[in-house]
Parts: sequence; structure tokens; C-alpha cells
Amino acid sequence: MFDALHAYLLGYGAPGLVVWLVLCILAIAVPVILAVALYVWWERKVLGWMHVRMGPNSVGPAGLAQTFADVFKLLLKEYLIPQRASKLLFVLAPLIALTPAFAAWAVIPFDQRAVLANINAGLLYLLAMTSMGVYGIILAGWSSNSKYAFLGAMRSAAQVVSYEIAMGIALVGVLICAGSLNLSDIVRAQSGHGALGWFFLPLLPLFVIYFVSGVAETNRAPFDVAEGESEIVAGFHVEYSGAPFAVFFLTEYANMILISFLAAVLFLGGWLSPFPESVPLLGAPGWWWLFAKAFVFAFFYLWFRAAFPRYRYDQIMRLGWKVFIPIALAWIGVVGCLVYFGVIGPVEAAP
Amino acid sequence: MSIDLVLFYAFAAVLVLAALGVISVKNSVHAALLLVLCFFTSAALWLLMQAEFLAIALVLVYVGAVMVLFLFVVMMLDIKSEPIREGFIRYLPVGVLVAAVMLAEMLALMGIRGLTLPAPADPAAASGNTSWLGNALFRDFLLPFEVAAVILTVAVIAAIMLTLRRRANVRYEDPAWQVSVRARDRIRIVKMPPVTESGGAP
Repeated sequence: MFDALHAYLLGYGAPGLVVWLVLCILAIAVPVILAVALYVWWERKVLGWMHVRMGPNSVGPAGLAQTFADVFKLLLKEYLIPQRASKLLFVLAPLIALTPAFAAWAVIPFDQRAVLANINAGLLYLLAMTSMGVYGIILAGWSSNSKYAFLGAMRSAAQVVSYEIAMGIALVGVLICAGSLNLSDIVRAQSGHGALGWFFLPLLPLFVIYFVSGVAETNRAPFDVAEGESEIVAGFHVEYSGAPFAVFFLTEYANMILISFLAAVLFLGGWLSPFPESVPLLGAPGWWWLFAKAFVFAFFYLWFRAAFPRYRYDQIMRLGWKVFIPIALAWIGVVGCLVYFGVIGPVEAAP
Repeated sequence: MSIDLVLFYAFAAVLVLAALGVISVKNSVHAALLLVLCFFTSAALWLLMQAEFLAIALVLVYVGAVMVLFLFVVMMLDIKSEPIREGFIRYLPVGVLVAAVMLAEMLALMGIRGLTLPAPADPAAASGNTSWLGNALFRDFLLPFEVAAVILTVAVIAAIMLTLRRRANVRYEDPAWQVSVRARDRIRIVKMPPVTESGGAP
């Protein structure tokens, strides 16, 4: 059906191509937004259970419509612009935060063929997009003209720049193992031995570093000093209300889901089945495996939030610079040796 | 006019306008943001030339890291724009002269003919220029590349050492010491008979 629609639209030349691309983008963006709504509900439920309470249970069955009710409330509320704020940047900041969070989804391979932009430098593109998300936070903090917001922005900038390095080095390990920057090729390089062929085994330290850095990049607990309710009220978005606040909320959760998908694609074999292909039914690869793995990581986010107290600022910096970066650098050496001596690595070994 | 050309002129126009904005806007934060826009549109132009690795590396390094720190510093410093702008007209001829010399040098470097002739066949186009660059840097020119890397590392360490200073009266946390602390280091439990108002034991 997709191929028929594609061929039909291409019959109209360039305008048809644009329509096809817009449809593809909507086919990714709309489910992401819906997933965010359900993820917020699931977070509140999980946190409730972990705190031995009910969580949302009034709006809709099992409270499922709670997030939608909240969204409508936020959209209908008046949004205030502080009198001495930098007005243009204050309005632009949520959009600047939102754009990279959605742009990064373009290169995620959901299945063997289901990828919007199968570009060769996909991994680099992802790093570039995720590193741009911090602008929205910094600009929101600065343009609000508020001390709390500014403190949140400063903290966030320092934290994101620090953890990006560890994250980038962790991705270098994946790159060495797969021999490609293309995300589909990275998944294919993990196929063959079921769960034992995935990269999380040879790259275990990098895998842990990647996901923890991802939690830090998205400013989530226990790294949420940028919001730090108990110290700086709500951090960078303290002056935001109504729809712009909803956009920041959407951005944060879209980024969390993105990091969950990325961890699954890069280290847990994406759409590949954990069982060898000889196993009937369960051995078949498919998008459901990717979604199941991403769901596990998304759950880790909530678990972390319920389980860990917030890091102190100097502890965050120490963990990033003095623990993660040295370990990641050392493991890059180990991975290099493993690939060089043919223990693991790309199918066509280096001559 | 092909769509590539339209896109090129659009991006080039944005780039030139943003670059003019960097040196003409009053607010230094706005100037830094316009510089970000400059980098981003340059990356888009490079993507049009199918230099995907360079384009994404530009966004990753300059937009994602360097300019974030730049913005960080610009926001922290309370720069008064008026004194800086005082000499704008006075120094304008010098600036224009320098720009003209640089333009002449770049044209000489590229060659005027290169602007009119079609680009030569690109060896990187066949296999994607990321892998081509990787092969060139890590196989053909490994030693010069490593030497450059070592020099850069030395420069980074030297820069840090030059700015590193121990300030007095600053307390540093030592996490290794912090985690090894035991309850008996902090609190001493004393056994003693209860004290009542009458003085003696009940």
C-alpha cells in the first residue's frame, strides 16, 4: 500500500514528492506526540505505584485521559510574557527547543525498510541534533530576565556540554564496532547471534555511559539541576505558562523517548530479535522488538526518577569529567584492539 | 533555474544577512545567536555541495559546543554595548580595507577561473565522503594527523595550565574522602545516667 501511494504521488513530480515527505514526517511526528501523552500518563502511574499511591485515576479509564485534559488546560490558559523579558527570544525559545527534538527522529530506523532518511552520516546527524537542543533551554533562561531561570540555563549549558563529550565518545565505540555511521547498517552489524551479537556485550561500559549521559542530556532526574524545584523553583521555564510551557514539556518527553530508541538501536540491536533466527515466530525481526526495547529504557527513566535523589552540581561535573570520559576513552582503546585482532567487529575486517 | 540554485541563493542571502547582523546588532547575545545562524546556514551550503561530513561536523562542533560556551560567557558578562559601538564609524574604513584584502587573497587562492569552470570530478562522491575522509586521515596521512592531534592536545593542556590557579579560602570536596566517612567520625554516643530536675537518679 505504501509503495502504491509512493508511486502514485511521484507521478505528480516534485509537488508529489513534497506531499509524500510531509506525509512521512506526519507519520512519525504524530505518533511521537501521542506517545509523549501516554508516556506522561505512564510516568505518573509508575511514580504513583512506587510511592504506594494510585496516580491519576479520575479522567478516563485508569486516568488515561488525564494527560489530554492537562494539555487542553495548558493550551487554553493565558500565556504571560514578563514585562522586561526579551520578547522575541522568549517566544522563540520553546520552538528552538522543539525543532531538534523532532528533527532527530528522521534517521531512526524502525524496521528494515521503515526509515525516513537513510543517510550515511546518520550517527553524526543525531549527535548534531541532540547537541542543539540546549539552545532552547539557554535562551529560555536568558530571555526570561529572571534569576532562577538564568541559573537553570547556566547549569543546563554546563551539564549538557560536559555529558555530550562522554556521549560522543561512547558512540565512537559503536562506530568502530559497526564500521558505519548509518543507523540501519549499525543494526545489521549486530545481527547473527541473537542477543549475544548485540553491541551491549563488548561495549558494556560505553552502553552504561551512553544511557546515563542520555539521562543527563535530557535534564531528567537525578540530573535535573536545570529545573531543581527545591532550589530554583522550576529553573529555565519558571516564567513560562500555557502553551509555551506545554511545548517545553513535549520537548523533554520527546527527547527521553528519542534517547530510549537510540539506546535500543545502537546497543540492543534495534529491530532484531533477541532469539536466533532459527527459533520459529520469536526469531523473526520486526519493529515490535525495537518498541519493546525502547519501552524498557523509557521505564528506566521513570525508575531513576523515583529511586535516586538529585545529584549535587559538583557531583554531576565530577561524574561527567572524571569518571565517564576517562572510562569511555580507555574502552575505546579496548574496542580498537578487539576489532583489530578480529575478536569482534565489522564483517569486512580492515586490511 | 534548478532547485539547487534557488536553495543556494536563499541560504547565501540568509548567511550574508546574518553575518551583517553579527557586527551591527546592539545586543551581544543577539549577535552570538546570529553567529549561530551563520554557522548553520554555512552547514546547509556545504550540504548542498554534498560535503555531508563537514556540514554535520560544523553543526556538531561549532553550533553544538563552541557557540554554547560562547553564549554562556556572553550572557555572564554584562557587556555595555554603547562604549563598544563608539568607534564603529571611525574604524569602518580600516575594516573595509581588511575585508577587501582578504577577499582579494581568497580569490587569488581559488583562482578566478575556478569560479566559472565546472567542479572537477569528486573522488569522495562515489562512496560518501565520510568514509573517504576517514581513509584519507587514518590510512594515507596517519602520521601527520596524529602529530596534529598531539599538538592540539598539548595546546589544550597548556591553556588549562595557564589559567589554572589555586585560590585561597576555597573548600574543595574530595568524594573519595566523603564516601569513606563513617557514622562514628561524625557523632559520638556518650553513655551517662539520666539527669532529672532533682539532680539524682530516679
